[in-house]
Amino acid sequence: MDLRRDVFQAIADPTRRAILTLLAAHAMTPGAIAANFDSTRQTISKHIQILTECELLKQEQNGREIYYHFNPKKMKEIADFLEPFRNMWDDRFNKLEAVMKQYKSKK
Amino acid sequence: MERKTKVLAEDGKPDILITREFDLPVELLFKAYTEPGLLEQWMGTKVLKLDNKPLGAYAFETSDGQGNILFKAHGAIHDMVANQKIVRTFEMENAGFDVQLEFLQFEQLTPDTSKLTIQTIFRSEAHRAKQLKMPFAYGINMAHDRLQEIIHASGANKQ
Repeated sequence: MDLRRDVFQAIADPTRRAILTLLAAHAMTPGAIAANFDSTRQTISKHIQILTECELLKQEQNGREIYYHFNPKKMKEIADFLEPFRNMWDDRFNKLEAVMKQYKSKK
Repeated sequence: MERKTKVLAEDGKPDILITREFDLPVELLFKAYTEPGLLEQWMGTKVLKLDNKPLGAYAFETSDGQGNILFKAHGAIHDMVANQKIVRTFEMENAGFDVQLEFLQFEQLTPDTSKLTIQTIFRSEAHRAKQLKMPFAYGINMAHDRLQEIIHASGANKQ
């Protein structure tokens, strides 16, 4: 199953919320992040990937290491609650458009 | 994906502005709001009443598969001009949001495209915030439910 990369699904997971809390303090390498959890490094890397895909984290190459930064701009979007509200209306209007196109072709 | 629906909720104001352009003639866009059978399809709610005229009224109701009512809303239609505008009140029953005033403006862009602008005015900025948070709370619940399902499914596979 392909889960939609939605910021709200991303932050619904407790481990991902913990990762965000860690990175809010300072940028870290994937290894340093994983060291804070009991889960396997592979599991943590998957969480990091999801958070990066929805832009809650940003990568920065520093020599041979990749550091992950917390992206406050995206978090602000969540704080405003606007994105899910907008998504709800977007879904609804997409449906309206589809229903009316079908109605038009039936006429 | 292009984000077609825009939402503007400025700080210090008790309103929300929603705009969206449609790949539909304005007549069809307006019809989607005034024809009960069509409205039911895209809103996913049952239309109990829809009296399309100035000083008319409407009522919607949504229930789950077991017949439990999940959502009930009603309002008065203050003004309505075909293919141009609807001015109405909206109130969700038993939700504690209080009534809101909605200005729906329908515009023709080209013979085949149109634009809808909805300005919703709330009693206060706090009422607006409550309304804006609803899909957020819903989204979190949905995500939790989804996670629960995944956890249960993976647990079942192990047995």
